Amino acid sequence: MSFLEVKYITKKFDKTDVLKGVDISLEKGQVLSIIGSSGSGKTTLLRCLNFLETPDTGEIYVDGKCIFDAADHVKRSAKEIRESRLSFGLVFQSFNLFPQYTVKKNLVLAPQLRAKEEAKANKLGKAVLREKYDEIDKKADEILASVGLSEKKDFYPCQLSGGQQQRVSIARALMLDPDILFFDEPTSALDPEITGEVLKVIKGLAAHNMTMIIVTHEMNFAREVSDKIVFMDDGVVAVEGTPEEIFESKNERLHHFLSAFGNTDV
Amino acid sequence: MGFWEVTLSILGGLKWTALIFALTLLFALPLGLIIAFGSMSKFKPLAYVTKVFVWIIRGVPLMLQIFVVFYVPGILVEGFSGFDRFPAVLIAFVINYACYFSEIYRGGIESISKGQYEAGEVLGMTKSQIFFKVVLMQVVKRIIPPMSNEVITLVKDTALARVISITEMLKAAENFAAYGLVWPMFYTAVFYLIFVGLLTLLFGYFEKKLSYYKA
Repeated sequence: MSFLEVKYITKKFDKTDVLKGVDISLEKGQVLSIIGSSGSGKTTLLRCLNFLETPDTGEIYVDGKCIFDAADHVKRSAKEIRESRLSFGLVFQSFNLFPQYTVKKNLVLAPQLRAKEEAKANKLGKAVLREKYDEIDKKADEILASVGLSEKKDFYPCQLSGGQQQRVSIARALMLDPDILFFDEPTSALDPEITGEVLKVIKGLAAHNMTMIIVTHEMNFAREVSDKIVFMDDGVVAVEGTPEEIFESKNERLHHFLSAFGNTDV
Repeated sequence: MGFWEVTLSILGGLKWTALIFALTLLFALPLGLIIAFGSMSKFKPLAYVTKVFVWIIRGVPLMLQIFVVFYVPGILVEGFSGFDRFPAVLIAFVINYACYFSEIYRGGIESISKGQYEAGEVLGMTKSQIFFKVVLMQVVKRIIPPMSNEVITLVKDTALARVISITEMLKAAENFAAYGLVWPMFYTAVFYLIFVGLLTLLFGYFEKKLSYYKA
């Protein structure tokens, strides 16, 4: 079994079948890109994997452990779903930073709340909690440095450029040490000239063997960074393979899709 | 009857005006949030009941509501002589203002983008953590202008308490009319203006305080 196994995910909105049985697998440390035209279901798939939508059928396994099974999902408590969630991090297209907090506070907020809850549940003293807060603080500084935003830590999101905001949101997702980090079109809301700085951060993560799944329209980037690419079409995985296989595929729909990006002459 | 005597009487009335104002805010601000949650509830019957309630309270004059709270319980409940004047006024004001506040809260809460909730969710925060740590501050910032409107209206609505003989500020001044003095009534305008002026400054301060971020 692979590190991530997604089995037969389906999702229906009203009467529209958005996902018609999607299987995906990914090894630890690999990068998977999901490409496809809008409406093909790639964002819905990502949202299903992050429990922002509940799949109608299907199972999700991480490291051999079942974290989702549509068959018994109703029985699971909100707490269990929350726990499963921590295996994954998600970077949104529109950043979704918390506007009222500084960059630093955006990073430490969720981990601090979690530490506080744990301290309360285990009846730990104030000193232990303070120690934990210091750790979180230190970690935030390190992660901010790794995305090149140390000097912006006391800024508010509205004072940053789009590229910087997206780097903050990547840093925020990294705070929880996700097993797998997901990106939903991370550069689609950015001006073309600043997509580079975000892509560079993602490449850096790939170089550090971060397991990632990226929904993207940046074909050159997908080709460069991915170990595996999935082409989605009409709610299913139409073609799957290494970047070479994908860009040389004879699949008509994929060929048509790629030609829109000027990527046919491989 | 000199200027000082009139001023002292008016200040005596202002005491009631200020008391109604402060206590109404104290209770109506949180109650409004509860009503807002009721009207946004996913449990439809609760949402409908709440909406009908808000419709009635907003659709009927506050003066009538004061009469209802003052007279009706004593008539309906055997062996209960009804509320005293001040509690009756307070109950009517709190319910009335809570309903108006609830609609302002609802508008504010619903204006926050879904992305903020989702960001909290994927970070493993609970629903209540997301509401109190992420959403609430943004709601507060957005509702300050409409809330300042309502709060300023409340200052002047306190004059309605006179309908069940509470000597609030305007009533205190009007009592002098029996002695042929009408200027005390106009004189109260000074106090209302100062009251509202201070509130305007206060809300301006809050707005400025929260202008450090855009949302």
